[in-house]
Amino acid sequence: MTPAPANRIPSHPTYAPLQPRPGHAALMIADAGGAVALAQLLAQAPDLRATARILLVAADVPPDLPAVTPVPGTEALEAAIAGALQGARMGLQAYLAGSQGLIGQAQALLLAQGMAPGAIQMQQCGGPARRMQCVHCKTIAPDVVIDPYRCPGCGRWLYVRDHFSRRLGAFQGVCIDAETPGLVPEPTEIAP
Amino acid sequence: MMQPLKLVLKQPLSPRVTRFRLEHPEGAPLPVFSGGAHVMVQMQDGPVLRRNAYSLISDPQDRSGYEIAVQREDAGRGGSLWMHRQAQPGMILDVGAPVNLFALDRTARKHLMIAGGIGITPFLAHLHELVRGDAAWDLHLAWRSRADLPDMALPARAHLHLGDEGTRMDVPKVLSGQPLGTHLYVCGSARMIAAVLDTAQGLGWPPETLHAEEFLAPAPGAPFQVHCATSDRHVHVGAQESLLEALEREGIDAPWLCRGGACGQCETRVLACDGTVDHRDHFLAPDERADRIMPCVSRFRGTLLTLDR
Amino acid sequence: MTLSFSQSRFRDDYSFANSDAAIRRFPFPFDRDSYMYSVNMEPHRAAGPEDSVFQRRFDVDEHYLSEMADRAITLQRDPMRCQSLPHMRLAGWDLLELIMTAKAEDYPDLFALQRDGACWRWINRPMGIDDRFTFLDDATLPCGPMEYITRQTQGDFALLDQRQGNLWMDAGMITSQADWSLDFDIGMNFFEWHAPVPRAAQMGIFQRALKFLLNVQQGAPSRRLNWTMTVNPRLDTSPETYPEWGPEKRSLTPENVGQRQFLRVELQSFWRLPRSNGLAFPIRCYLCALEDLVTVPKWGRRLHRVLRDLPEDLATYKGFAVNRPLIVDYLSRFDDGAPTSPGIFPD
Repeated sequence: MTPAPANRIPSHPTYAPLQPRPGHAALMIADAGGAVALAQLLAQAPDLRATARILLVAADVPPDLPAVTPVPGTEALEAAIAGALQGARMGLQAYLAGSQGLIGQAQALLLAQGMAPGAIQMQQCGGPARRMQCVHCKTIAPDVVIDPYRCPGCGRWLYVRDHFSRRLGAFQGVCIDAETPGLVPEPTEIAP
Repeated sequence: MMQPLKLVLKQPLSPRVTRFRLEHPEGAPLPVFSGGAHVMVQMQDGPVLRRNAYSLISDPQDRSGYEIAVQREDAGRGGSLWMHRQAQPGMILDVGAPVNLFALDRTARKHLMIAGGIGITPFLAHLHELVRGDAAWDLHLAWRSRADLPDMALPARAHLHLGDEGTRMDVPKVLSGQPLGTHLYVCGSARMIAAVLDTAQGLGWPPETLHAEEFLAPAPGAPFQVHCATSDRHVHVGAQESLLEALEREGIDAPWLCRGGACGQCETRVLACDGTVDHRDHFLAPDERADRIMPCVSRFRGTLLTLDR
Repeated sequence: MTLSFSQSRFRDDYSFANSDAAIRRFPFPFDRDSYMYSVNMEPHRAAGPEDSVFQRRFDVDEHYLSEMADRAITLQRDPMRCQSLPHMRLAGWDLLELIMTAKAEDYPDLFALQRDGACWRWINRPMGIDDRFTFLDDATLPCGPMEYITRQTQGDFALLDQRQGNLWMDAGMITSQADWSLDFDIGMNFFEWHAPVPRAAQMGIFQRALKFLLNVQQGAPSRRLNWTMTVNPRLDTSPETYPEWGPEKRSLTPENVGQRQFLRVELQSFWRLPRSNGLAFPIRCYLCALEDLVTVPKWGRRLHRVLRDLPEDLATYKGFAVNRPLIVDYLSRFDDGAPTSPGIFPD
């Protein structure tokens, strides 16, 4: 195995600026970096304010966002999403904005709750940090910014693949020196 | 892959709808199938060989026979008329293997089925499985009048909307309040399908939760000529036959599965075209229509159409 | 046909070896002296000599018991090599029915299936299994139906769900894979799980292959051959265990390359599953050492030409770019430049 080329491959998630869609309710999830995108969306579509419910992860609540439920950190996201989806009906739209790690994890949790991918929009805000799964020990590293990186679970040096699993909300990390133990290139910053 | 099956039952369910049961001539078990599957029934209608697709309505796990329900279309090309008038118990009919282009999405948490008229047929097979399983479901059936309603032994839970009893289907109401994870299945006329899907999209249902099966019979049209480059033949397509049927009549090989513009199997490359291809299929993407045609349903107007056949 | 089963290992001391008969029936994947991706599908029906791997629906060969033992070891170390998303339960029963029916018909001396309505009795003589269970009732099997039958069938198995005009890798028993992870790829669609393959997407290969597969019909399976190179006769070349087998890739020398470099061929087949409308995708792995392959002169000549001329990115993707000079140099000794006959079978 060798590192995938830098150009995007078909499993890579697609991100785009959030656009208002028809629906009777909206669930919005963002971190500090993504809150701006939600504010822009709500400015563009003020009607959404009446039905929007916002989960704001590890961020100070800006005054211009309605119906905010603060979520202390990503570890509390699963319970917060499960709560927000209690009794949810078809027509609910999800709007995710923030780091790749946050929106990847949020999408995975929404899918596990039965939401269809087509009802979930994602806008990446902030740096190129990636949520990575070690293919060897399966540990998830939430915010990887260098390639190769050291797995917090098994300590192996892993290279960052472009291959992405929606179900896990993570990219794949693979041992970089498996064939030549000890030969680890100098880490460099992941390109955005 | 046609197999000869024996017609063992012909039972009117309403003035226009008749149920047919087909079994193996020696009583051997038939292959199981999945709900939503159809079979191709071949009919020798005088000089014309017809192949019409009919949804299987019997229990998919029952291997003792296949059942279909055929609505008589007096203005159709003749297949349903043949079934109603010519087909008789004891006859052997060539029937294709089951093919499913309208399966349930098993990732759904609930199946919401909406049928218009004879579009109920694929759901009858689904219902056999749904009443046995533990998935949530709802069925809404719209029919013009109670007098025309076929006797189909629908589950008591099914919602009937009868035009002559003023219980017309309120589609937005049916679609609102459905739990997250519901998938919608619509079968009926093209107009009914478009109306239901438009409503669902307007309510924010994402595309992957929407499923539809339109019974697309090849519509008649003006006769035309095609040139088949590979076999170097000129073929005349008559008003009442499809391009695919004309190719078959001339012995020109073209693979097929659904014969209704949905599966893509008969896709044919257009090598030259001076005129307009009348694309009537659901398969080709807009950019593919420039140089391809689905001969099972599509037709041509113009002076020259050269195909890679 | 009488089969005697070898007892050999695909790990540790790598005692795996092909008999002369197994070499002769090896599914050599190149029908000409060059290789490029293609949708090389053909109907999966009997072909070739009487003992060819294409004669029966699910080929059973001399390595049957050894491969099943290796699978059991891999599963014990990593149970996630076998997974099924909840909606694939019925497809698992479809697969069990397909394999049991085919094996009992194709190998009546080895397997037997007795059905009395939903009460089934399955006899697997080589593995000493005689089980009764109720068809479609998971509680009557020791594990899920897909796991049950694929612990008794050579080759990896992916079960694909068909929806939205696509195929979804939603269940599988994957213990002898060419470096891909079911645990990571489960739930992906056809384009997503093929995302790491170079070139093919641009060539439109996947669009055509998908269209073909979506229309595979009940009772009309198809097949194709795929290939890669593996150092040592190892079935479990997964990304999960890459740190274990990675170093072995760098252990080739001019002296041992013929013995330790294996051509790895996948006989892939595609079956419409009638109850679930899913698609079964068996990926059967055959291994043959270069020194055994070259005993068929046609194969020695042709493999040399194919590997010598393969574009570098394909050699990299298939994981043997680093060893290609060694391999090509070794094979060149068996290529006298003579023309080769068309087709894959020995002359």
